[in-house]
Amino acid sequence: MSTFTISGSPHIHGDENVKKIMYTVVYAMVPAMLVSVYFFGMDALRVMLTSVLACLVFEWAIQKYIIKGPITINDGSAVVAGILLAFNIPANIPTWMILAGALITIGVAKMSFGGLGRNPFNPALVGRVFMLISFPVQMTSWPIAKPLFAPALTDALTGPTALGLLKEGVGAGKTIDQIMVDPQMPDYIDRLTGHMGGSMGEMSAIALILGGIFMVWRKVINWQVPVSIILTVFVVAGIAHLVDPQHYIDPVFHLFTGGLMLGAIYMATDMVSSPMNMTGKIVFGIGIGLITIIIRLWGAYPEGISFAILIMNAFTPHINNTFKPKRFGIVSKK
Amino acid sequence: MKSLKTFALGGVHPDENKFSEHAAIEVLPLPKLAIVPLGQNLGASSKPIVKKGDEVKVGQLIAVGEAFISANLHAPVSGKVTKVDDAVDSSGYKRPAVFIDVVDDTWDDNIDRSPEINRNIIMTRPEIIQRIKDCGIVGLGGATFPTHVKLMIPDGKKASHLIINGVECEPYLTSDHRLMLEKGEEILIGIKILMKALDVDKAIIGIENNKADAIRHLQELAADHPNIQVYALKVKYPQGGEKQLIKAAVNREVPSGKLPIEVGCVVSNVGTAFAVYEAVQKNKPLIERVVTVTGKSVRKPSNFMVRIGTPISELIEAAQGLPEDTGKVINGGPMMGKALTSIEAPVTKGSSGILIMKQEESKRQSTKSCIRCSKCTEVCPMGLEPYLLAKTAKLNLLERAEKEKVMDCMECGSCQYTCPSQLPLLDYLRLGKQRVGQLIRTRK
Repeated sequence: MSTFTISGSPHIHGDENVKKIMYTVVYAMVPAMLVSVYFFGMDALRVMLTSVLACLVFEWAIQKYIIKGPITINDGSAVVAGILLAFNIPANIPTWMILAGALITIGVAKMSFGGLGRNPFNPALVGRVFMLISFPVQMTSWPIAKPLFAPALTDALTGPTALGLLKEGVGAGKTIDQIMVDPQMPDYIDRLTGHMGGSMGEMSAIALILGGIFMVWRKVINWQVPVSIILTVFVVAGIAHLVDPQHYIDPVFHLFTGGLMLGAIYMATDMVSSPMNMTGKIVFGIGIGLITIIIRLWGAYPEGISFAILIMNAFTPHINNTFKPKRFGIVSKK
Repeated sequence: MKSLKTFALGGVHPDENKFSEHAAIEVLPLPKLAIVPLGQNLGASSKPIVKKGDEVKVGQLIAVGEAFISANLHAPVSGKVTKVDDAVDSSGYKRPAVFIDVVDDTWDDNIDRSPEINRNIIMTRPEIIQRIKDCGIVGLGGATFPTHVKLMIPDGKKASHLIINGVECEPYLTSDHRLMLEKGEEILIGIKILMKALDVDKAIIGIENNKADAIRHLQELAADHPNIQVYALKVKYPQGGEKQLIKAAVNREVPSGKLPIEVGCVVSNVGTAFAVYEAVQKNKPLIERVVTVTGKSVRKPSNFMVRIGTPISELIEAAQGLPEDTGKVINGGPMMGKALTSIEAPVTKGSSGILIMKQEESKRQSTKSCIRCSKCTEVCPMGLEPYLLAKTAKLNLLERAEKEKVMDCMECGSCQYTCPSQLPLLDYLRLGKQRVGQLIRTRK
């Protein structure tokens, strides 16, 4: 007599798996990766390869020698963390600093909490903020973006980011008009395509949005988080601009400069550290948008999305407890 | 194109794999031995009134449903009762059953076996309900709730709609589909009988859009009956769930923990409507039903008209045998069916299909940790958070599980089907439901 497998229903499974989700995120980042290579050449490749390899090796070593458990580096999550870390740092950063950042990303922010799925904070952002605090000079001197095949500039040239120029200018009491005539300030086309100073992955809003649409289509992220972040930033920056246009720049400027798109589309949407229902995701997004724009307009740093995401990550469990999905058959009292 | 009706929250769309949808219903030859379990309906088991050595005819009453929620049982074959003893049923447990050695095919004289369709509904409301009770009709969609109990509307409630479930959202299964195509007219008469019994003037037949031929067929038949409407529904699992179907058909939401009558609806399966027709118009008890036998490796995916009590192995033989690499045999569909321990278990009133899975499809994949992707929450048709409920069950946090509405889970399996980490979410939810159920009972 043949013996049969006995197990509870359901007896079939959809074709979704962790590896597939992670590599969908990787594919979604390809346009932005190409843009960073276009502007920063070999340096971009160096930073990305170092970061990804370091993340993989650290995760492998920790699983093999410290946890002594199963090795899961082929699930793609370390690759995603590596690319995201690379996206968040300047292309001219020394290699050893990348290694330090990757160690914090994987070792502290991810593995010390129990690995994939258990980290309360976005690992790549923890790595990035660690680097920003530890190596403030190197983390804030941005190489001038030089398109591939364009006439060579003096290497070693660095310049400020658009947001950096803005903060400095406003801090020095200049009006927006005075700041915008600065020759280092990128124009609209440059901001859209990413031809400006900045971290590697935050360059081109177009490339980032393209990847974002791909991820929403493949159901790897929900639109709620990025859209609520971007709208919140736009609305608050817009109100400030209407009140005092010479002190607060137009809101569109905020959308296409700095790490807003990168953070909103790729970092805040990290499944592990973001809320798990639609209302919660929107609340989370509004929180990130608010903190980001508050830091940008009134804080000491020119950029605030990393901090905003990490702060809201801390609220995620509370958001999950407070906001519940719409239950079937629970009718609100009239 | 007009967008099709469907339910609002969650849902998944597994591969349909309706291999047997074009296989006309075949009458399966009689078995040599029929094993008729006494507990075939939801509620209390039937009480046997035959003993070893009794001769029975087809359709003769052999066990009585005495409790309020219980149903009569009739001999599905004619022959000699050899024993009333325990037999392994489709859930794998040994439970009491009546064993009948088949001698010939002699029917009870009171059953009208003529092929003519009897269109005149002459019985009164109480007569209809009494007849349905006498004939042991239960819901044939799988829940096997006694139909006569469903038709007795509690005082103070009033039904406005009869909703007929022709959704068949389980992948693979085609028994309702074939029945709608081949017994459409009888089903329609059955619906009119149910409408009379319920005193409602609106009936809606909900059918998923992957059965376009059945939709067309029933729409043509129902053309003369303006108060019976056929709705084409978007293909989405678990639309055959009672609450989901009501939402899709009339956009009403059955409150948590309540029955459909709360929103004026009564839901019945197309198979039940057919059985009601046979009972009321032909005086034929529920002794046979349509069962699909299917699977990727099955040589001849089929739909059989099978006597209750026929060993499942005989159905598989008729579909040209159990394939070599069979790893699992499921009583029901792939989403909610139960894995069988033995194919010698008999067909019961609730068996809608036998699904045979290959070795490679039978084993679950290894699990990973939860990546908190929230896909389980997105697909839950009840708006629950399966990841959280699984965790509360694991940690035995029963009050929390109750507060998070674990009892609303209908075990459709959408969460586990979707989970990218292959977590056994539904296993934990069942555990949670069972423990919370115990907790609730101890309070009373």
